[in-house]
Amino acid sequence: MSAPPTPATLPEEPENPPGVHSVWIINKSGGLVFRDVYADIAPIDTNETLRLASMWHSMHAIAAQLGPELRGELPSETDGFHLHCAQTPTGTKLMLTCAPGTFADHDAGQAVLRTVRDLYADYVMKNPFYEAEMPIRCELFEKRLRDAIDAVNGAA
Amino acid sequence: MASRRAGAKTYEQVGLAAWQATEKVNAELFTLTYGAIVRQVLADYEDCVPEANAKLDAMGRSIGGRLIEEFNAKNEQQRCVDFRDTCETIAGVALRMFLGVGGHCADWNADHTSCLVVMETNPLADFVELPERYRDLSYGQMLCGVIVGALEQVQTRATCEWEKDALRGGDGFAMRVTLVGQIDTPYPFDD
Repeated sequence: MSAPPTPATLPEEPENPPGVHSVWIINKSGGLVFRDVYADIAPIDTNETLRLASMWHSMHAIAAQLGPELRGELPSETDGFHLHCAQTPTGTKLMLTCAPGTFADHDAGQAVLRTVRDLYADYVMKNPFYEAEMPIRCELFEKRLRDAIDAVNGAA
Repeated sequence: MASRRAGAKTYEQVGLAAWQATEKVNAELFTLTYGAIVRQVLADYEDCVPEANAKLDAMGRSIGGRLIEEFNAKNEQQRCVDFRDTCETIAGVALRMFLGVGGHCADWNADHTSCLVVMETNPLADFVELPERYRDLSYGQMLCGVIVGALEQVQTRATCEWEKDALRGGDGFAMRVTLVGQIDTPYPFDD
């Protein structure tokens, strides 16, 4: 462990924009297959996103053992952002991060994740050139998802 | 048998609701497209019927593995509680949602690991008469593959074969679905 950084070296706290910040999709083995950002938040490098995704996957698996009644809808809240997560019965995890207070309650966050899941079922799984469990590079999906999230952020 | 859980809708009602909510294509286009695929597969395998059957099955598995997401997305339902629930859902909900036909389960074995999924009609087989040289062709084999492929994605290993096939002299259409086992969820840690 290195010495904790002095406050002077800490990066400046970025602005915390309102609304949905990002959407992540994690495959059933914990690999990040999709991530897109919808707000002006501090960038994270790709390796870091992969690490975070697999970390969440593991935490999720542990939490599922401790509280099976959550059915994968594990919420997580910090001062800086809230995280909503849903899991399809096939084991794919969908999650989003947003500013605290974006959604009135857990169900409102889940409703947006259902939209993500519908788009995923249509534009990813039905795309004949998408290989299961591989990173998602489907322009139609990205575009539809961006429209949907922009609509959520516009209404909020 | 119709009611799924106390107070819940019947499989048939859930299936009809899903069918209502699904975008439709022209039934003849669908049936003729399937026919064209089967002919092409036969041509690709130079009329070798067993290989064509296997290919149709494999194609079905790939489709099922993708379609399961659609099925889950359009059906706000909890996980099936047991294999019996699973088969009733296939027969009552999935067949209706994707093919617009009704179905039911019959002929359960004693420990509820195998049943017949009986289809009221089979839209894949409209207009079809199997010629003598293709009499062993399992024309609708892709459908069996779809069911196996979809179940595999929800941690259920099963087999599915036509037991009654009107194209091959059976009375009606029915698939035998048999549970082989559950696929354990691979956790990233050891218990």
